[in-house]
Amino acid sequence: MSKKLKIGIPCSEANLVCDKSQYKESSFLEKVRHHLHLLYCKACRDYAKTNNKLSSIIAQSKVRCMDKKNKECLKNVFDKALKKEKIN
Amino acid sequence: MPKHLLNPNKWIDLYADYLFNYTISRVNDREMAQDLVQETFLAGLKSMKNFKGEASERTWLISILKRKIIDHYRKINSSKGKAEVRITSNNDSETEGEWLEERVADPFDKTAEDSMQNTELGEAILNCLSKLPEKQAEVFRMKTIEGVDTEDICNELNITASNLWVIIHRARTAMALCLKENWF
Repeated sequence: MSKKLKIGIPCSEANLVCDKSQYKESSFLEKVRHHLHLLYCKACRDYAKTNNKLSSIIAQSKVRCMDKKNKECLKNVFDKALKKEKIN
Repeated sequence: MPKHLLNPNKWIDLYADYLFNYTISRVNDREMAQDLVQETFLAGLKSMKNFKGEASERTWLISILKRKIIDHYRKINSSKGKAEVRITSNNDSETEGEWLEERVADPFDKTAEDSMQNTELGEAILNCLSKLPEKQAEVFRMKTIEGVDTEDICNELNITASNLWVIIHRARTAMALCLKENWF
């Protein structure tokens, strides 16, 4: 049985592919469908532009966060100190 | 009546990442940054009675952190005579190992202005991140900033992949809106 190739996608799917693309998690076919969708949908074009800009400024900022393990350790130390402070 | 009040129970969740990013852009060492952030929170806890309520909680914690960073540099400078900073991007064998202050600026290095702007941008991103609902902020941070795999996030937070992408979509929309005014 042959599968019917689906070309047109709704906006919700286009936005999902756009989000996945920011993390390089969309397939080639998804990208093609997304680009075709962008040809006729201005709202999704605007979303894609904003989304790409967000990715680029986050990469540019080199923002860093504390990793989860260290944050848990910090929380434990701090909670102990907080309890001690409340007792005193 | 003071304009701002302290709530130390929320400090780690609200400010740990912000203070960490602030510190690491100034000391460039993850472990040291973590230690300084921890010292800042503990020092804040001890000097809570000195908080007048004129500045926000975060500004007050940052002012403590700034002093900790200055103390850190004073300490390493006094124990070594001068800061031991070496250029690693330039592998010229004739000048290798010379002190940074004895050399001219590397023309390929980023300008101080760029670096400052990136620091400000990082702070703005974390500021916007702190305004998101807790779950959205956590998923966005893990996926976008820490670069954790989708599968690992789903396992850790016990959510499905499609749920993750819905959360990511909402978070990205909110982040873009928050950053749009000054950075887009």
